[in-house]
Amino acid sequence: MASKQKEALIDPLFNDNPISLQVLGICSALAVTTKLETSVVMSAAVIAVLTLSNLAISLMRNLIPASIRIIVQLTVIASLVIITDQVLKAFMYEISKQLSVFVGLIITNCIIMGRAEAYAMQNGPGMSIIDGLGNGLGYSIVLLFVGFFRELFGSGKIYGVTVLGDWYQPNGLMVLAPGAFFLIGIFIWMNRVWKPDQIEAE
Amino acid sequence: MQETLSLAVKAMFVENMALAYFLGMCSFLAVSKKVDTAIGLGAAVIFVLGVTCPLNNLMYNYILREGALSWTGVESLATMDLSFLNFLALIGTIAASVQIVEMTLDKYAPALYSALGIFLPLIAVNCAILGASLFMVERDYSFSESAVFGLGSGVGWALAVIALAAIREKMRYSNVPGPLRGLGITFIVTGLMAIGFMAFAGISL
Amino acid sequence: MERSSGYIITFAAVVCLVCGVFVSGAAVSLKDRQDQNAVLDKQKKVLIVGGLIDPNSETSPEEIERLFKTNITAKIIDLKTGQIYDKISSDGFEQEKYTKDPTTSIEAPARNAAGAKRLPKHALIYERQKNGKLDRLILPVNGKGLWGPLYGYFALASDTNTVKGIIFYKHQETPGLGGEIENPNWMSLWPGKKAFAMTKDGGLGKPKIEVNKGPSKDGDEYGIDGLSGATITSRGVTGMLQFWLGDNGFGPYLAQVRKGQ
Repeated sequence: MASKQKEALIDPLFNDNPISLQVLGICSALAVTTKLETSVVMSAAVIAVLTLSNLAISLMRNLIPASIRIIVQLTVIASLVIITDQVLKAFMYEISKQLSVFVGLIITNCIIMGRAEAYAMQNGPGMSIIDGLGNGLGYSIVLLFVGFFRELFGSGKIYGVTVLGDWYQPNGLMVLAPGAFFLIGIFIWMNRVWKPDQIEAE
Repeated sequence: MQETLSLAVKAMFVENMALAYFLGMCSFLAVSKKVDTAIGLGAAVIFVLGVTCPLNNLMYNYILREGALSWTGVESLATMDLSFLNFLALIGTIAASVQIVEMTLDKYAPALYSALGIFLPLIAVNCAILGASLFMVERDYSFSESAVFGLGSGVGWALAVIALAAIREKMRYSNVPGPLRGLGITFIVTGLMAIGFMAFAGISL
Repeated sequence: MERSSGYIITFAAVVCLVCGVFVSGAAVSLKDRQDQNAVLDKQKKVLIVGGLIDPNSETSPEEIERLFKTNITAKIIDLKTGQIYDKISSDGFEQEKYTKDPTTSIEAPARNAAGAKRLPKHALIYERQKNGKLDRLILPVNGKGLWGPLYGYFALASDTNTVKGIIFYKHQETPGLGGEIENPNWMSLWPGKKAFAMTKDGGLGKPKIEVNKGPSKDGDEYGIDGLSGATITSRGVTGMLQFWLGDNGFGPYLAQVRKGQ
């Protein structure tokens, strides 16, 4: 793999993570991370939508009139999300019930819009796919991190299997909203201790 | 009247879009550095939510839902269920109304427009707006309920963002550990605010 | 780049058309499967609360359909009189839609315990037969949780008093707190409890079953341990049962069942 492609794929994981550095796509991420299982499904759905939307937008990039750019991007993204939603309902009914409205909110997940606007509009389809995959993975890392710890400490389970026995009194705060905020804050903290160049100036 | 009031209070505090449902987080975190800008964005969100929620309600009830087209009198349309087009139609209304709001303000209220200007396009992708419409569909609100719900959630979101901005302004004087500075501490503060707002949870009015 | 208006309009139309084709294609081709999923999911919940399948094991769709067909009878009842109502077919009867439709429902009493706005005139209930005899009644119940409505099934033995189980098929409670109403350990606390208080003459009085706050006392026939961190959900479950077992809910029907025995 050429270094440029590699960069586009690896960079969003920790160096330019969509959540911890670009501040994109936080909304739909947090609500579904109470369990690892839903986090995994949500990650997969976002990666799929992001890659496909980057591809579609990139293919159309020279044809889209500037004045209706945003609404065209939204239409493409919304269509992909509907298809994802329909597929989930047909093949993973239980999980689709738990994700409920949050699948729909992938549409307004700023990562997808943001990457379409910032990357796919300027780059060829090949690179756009890689960029989509990379950013999708970067998003998934945070989601899985948060999902793992919320499920572990919040219900004493990992992927639905009890690992902390009866002695463990589940910490209810972890499954509630604030738990997710704290965990992402900690994730950012750790990431920036490791990569000090991301520290914000005062 | 009592019902309406309780719905509004619920949308504002108990089910706060930002702090209970995590909606509109991206702009919530990005635009909360200064109180002034937070007020601008908050006002824009209230406005757009108050407009799109009832609009989407009409569209859902008269076009999309199963049997909604029966008012046309055409039999083959009466049983049609277009609800799978929900997302597409809702986001379409939102994007279009944001555009229209932008143009109207530009023409008739230039002062307000220049104050809100840069925030309006941002709002099209604010999940709180789409989220409110989706909740409205899921909970089956009537037209007037959806207007109250839209306005209420807008006010709740604006309150939260302004409060966060105020805290962040004060925090400039604090000695936050380097790697946690900026975004990291903002998440932690938001978490603490969410705990505060949880005190409202389950209050039934 | 400036484009002509004609181009912009054509472009928008083409995008709409292409997206429309894809979306409708997916929706139409997957619809059958989705509907089937929804039906199967409900049937599975009925079978679990009916004691026919183990909630922890995987059951194939064919097996669910077979068990459902051979063991469960669906009946439509008139809620007010409690009589069987055979003018509506139970096939394809959608309780939720029926409850919302103003022509087939009535306004619920103000501030009722289940938080219901409308009540259906008729309800779809299930009976499980065992060796040719009525084994248990499976009643649809709904109430109000912390975040939204709770929908479930409540099973009573043929004496209309002994609880056989409860299961929820749709809710929006916080996973790990209120969401624990789906926890098999908690659900296993229900069977064997009693639903109604005894009157002085030994008959059945008002519904008494409730979810406590915290653990219930030893030997408490009517109390279920509360869910920690989920006071409002627990209260919602209590309210839901008190309402649906009462006179506005299945009370008249249960009276009919008792009379028939």
